Amino acid sequence: MRARNLWWLVALAAFGVFPLVVTNPTYTTIAVFSVIFMACASSWNMFSGYSGYIALGSAAFYGSGAYTMALLSIHLHMAPGAAMFWLVPLGGLVATVLAVPIGWIALRVRRHTFVVITIAIFFVFQLSAINFGFTGGTSGLNLPFITWGYQYYNVPFYYVGLGLVIFATALSALVRRSRFGMQLLAIRDDEDRALGLGVRTHAVKVTGFALSAFTVGAAGALYAMFVGQIYPQFVYDPMFDISIALMTFLGGLGTLTGPLLGGLVLEAGQQYLTIQFSNGSLYLILFGALFLLVIMFMPQGVVVYIRDRVTRRAERERAAVSANDAAAGDAPPPAGDPPAPAGVAHDVAVGGVA
Amino acid sequence: MALLTATGISKSFGGLQALRTCSLAVEKGSIAGLIGPNGSGKTTLFNVMTGYVRPDAGTVTFDGTDITGARPDRVFALGVGRTFQLTRIFARMTVLENMLIATQHDESWWRGLLRSKSSASEVDTAMELLGFVGIGGLAHLQAGALSYGQRKLLELAYVLVANPDVILLDEPAGGVNLTLINTIAEKIRALNATGTTFLIVEHNMEFVMSLCDRVTVMHQGCDLVTGTPAEIRADPRVLDAYLGGGDEDEDELHEAVAGA
Repeated sequence: MRARNLWWLVALAAFGVFPLVVTNPTYTTIAVFSVIFMACASSWNMFSGYSGYIALGSAAFYGSGAYTMALLSIHLHMAPGAAMFWLVPLGGLVATVLAVPIGWIALRVRRHTFVVITIAIFFVFQLSAINFGFTGGTSGLNLPFITWGYQYYNVPFYYVGLGLVIFATALSALVRRSRFGMQLLAIRDDEDRALGLGVRTHAVKVTGFALSAFTVGAAGALYAMFVGQIYPQFVYDPMFDISIALMTFLGGLGTLTGPLLGGLVLEAGQQYLTIQFSNGSLYLILFGALFLLVIMFMPQGVVVYIRDRVTRRAERERAAVSANDAAAGDAPPPAGDPPAPAGVAHDVAVGGVA
Repeated sequence: MALLTATGISKSFGGLQALRTCSLAVEKGSIAGLIGPNGSGKTTLFNVMTGYVRPDAGTVTFDGTDITGARPDRVFALGVGRTFQLTRIFARMTVLENMLIATQHDESWWRGLLRSKSSASEVDTAMELLGFVGIGGLAHLQAGALSYGQRKLLELAYVLVANPDVILLDEPAGGVNLTLINTIAEKIRALNATGTTFLIVEHNMEFVMSLCDRVTVMHQGCDLVTGTPAEIRADPRVLDAYLGGGDEDEDELHEAVAGA
C-alpha cells in the first residue's frame, strides 16, 4: 500500500515539474491536451467504467462547458487573462445541471439502448449549437484574446488541467471507496438483483452520471479558453466521445490508473503524430492497429493485464487456501461440488483499484 | 395472521395468461411451500409479490400494507427478501462486498455518497452470516469464483443481511447435491425458529414436504389447492395437475408426489 502511494507521488511530482523542465511550446501544448483528456477519461470512467453504462455522448458536456466559458467571458466583457479560469468550474457546474435531466431520461433504458440514446442526445446538442443564433452558428465564437507570451502561454493552462486530473482521480478514488461506488459496481454486475436488495438504482445511476459530467464540462471550458475560438463541430465532436471511451478501454475500464494511462498515451501520441507528420489522420490508422492488439491480447486493458500478471500467482494460492479452509471446516461444498478454479477469479477481477 | 398475501392476482404477457386470479397467504412464522408443474406461474407470482412485475389485477399486502406495484427496492426495505431461481450474485465483487450491498436498505440513497462502503459492525454482521451459511472462509474471494452451491448459500446470506421478516426462495434446492440440500434445509429451519417466515418454490418434493407447514399447489396460473403436506399428498387434484398434461414421466412424478 505504501509503495503504491509512493508511485502516485512520483507520478504527481513528474507531472508537476514537467513544464519547468520542458519549455518548448510544441511539447507543452501536447501536455495541455494530454491533461485535458486524462481528466475527461478519468471522469468518464467514474460513471461508465464503474456502472458498465457506456456513455457515448460526453461531448455534449464538453461542448456545453466550452460554450459556458465562451458566452460568459464574451458577454461579461471579461478582461482577457487569469480571471477567466474562474469560469472553468462554472463550465463543470453547467454540465452537471444539464446531465441531471439527460441522465434521468437516458438511464431509464438499459445498456445498449442507453448507448444509442446518449449518441442521439449528443447530436441534439451539436445541431442546436450549429443552428441557434447565440452560439454564433457554424462561424463559432471568439473568446477575449489572451496576450500572454508564447513561452509562458501554455503553463497556466497546463496546471489548471493538471488540477482537473487530480480532482477527477481523487473523486474517482473516493467514489470507489464509498457505498455509492459499491452500488455502481453492483449495478454493473446485476442491476435487477441490486434493486431487489434495496439499492435505489435509478437515483444512483443519475447521480453518477451527473458527477462524471462535472469534470468533462470543466475540461471543455478550459479547452475553449486555451484555443481562444470554438466551433460547434470541434467542441461537440463525436471523436471526443469515442476517444475518451477508447482511452479508458485501452488503460483498463473500471480501474483508477487505466483512464489516466490511456489518456496520456493516446492523446500525447495523437498530438505528436499530427505535429510530426503534419497529417491529421495518420494516428487513426495506428490507433486502429493498437486497439486490435489490445483487444486480442489484453481485452481488459493494459493496467488489468499487468496487475494480473503480478498478482496471478498470489491470488491462485490464496484461492486454494480458502477453498481448503472451506472444505475442511463446517463448509458445505462436498465432493461433487468443487470450488471453481482460481483462474475464474482472475478473469473477472476488474473492480479493484489498480 | 397472514404476513404476506396475494389476492386475485392476474398477469398476462402478450397472449399468455401467466396468472389468473391467483391467491396466496403466508402465515407469520410459517414455512410455506409453493409447488406446481413448470409454467404454472410460480416464479411470476414471486415476481409480482416482490415488485419485479406489476400485476394486471389483484393486490399484494405485506403486514397489512398494500404493496401492489411497489418497486423492488421498497418491497425489500419493508422486509421482503428473495432469491432467484438462477442464482444471481455480483460476480466481479468480493464475497464480502456482495454481503454489503443489502446494508443500505434502511437509509436514504444519497447517504451512500457520504460514507465508506462498510462500517465495522456491518462487516462483523456480514462475516457472521457468511459463517452461518458456511462460507466464511471465502469472504475475500471474487464471488465469480464460487461454485454453484456456494453461490446459492451466498444468495441466501446476503438477503439475511437486511434481516427481512419474510424470505421468498425460488428453488433453493435446484441443481445442488443432497448434502447441500440438507444444509440449506437446516439453515431454513434455524432461521424459522428465530421468527423468519419463508415462502419456498421447489420441485424437490421431499424437500418441500419435510420442511413446509403448508403447501400451495399452482396449476395453469391459479392456486389449485392449499393444505398441509399430508393433505396435499392425498389430494387427487394435485396428481391431475401434475399428470394431466400427458407428461412423459408420469410414474416418476406419481411416486414423487405420493411417496414423499
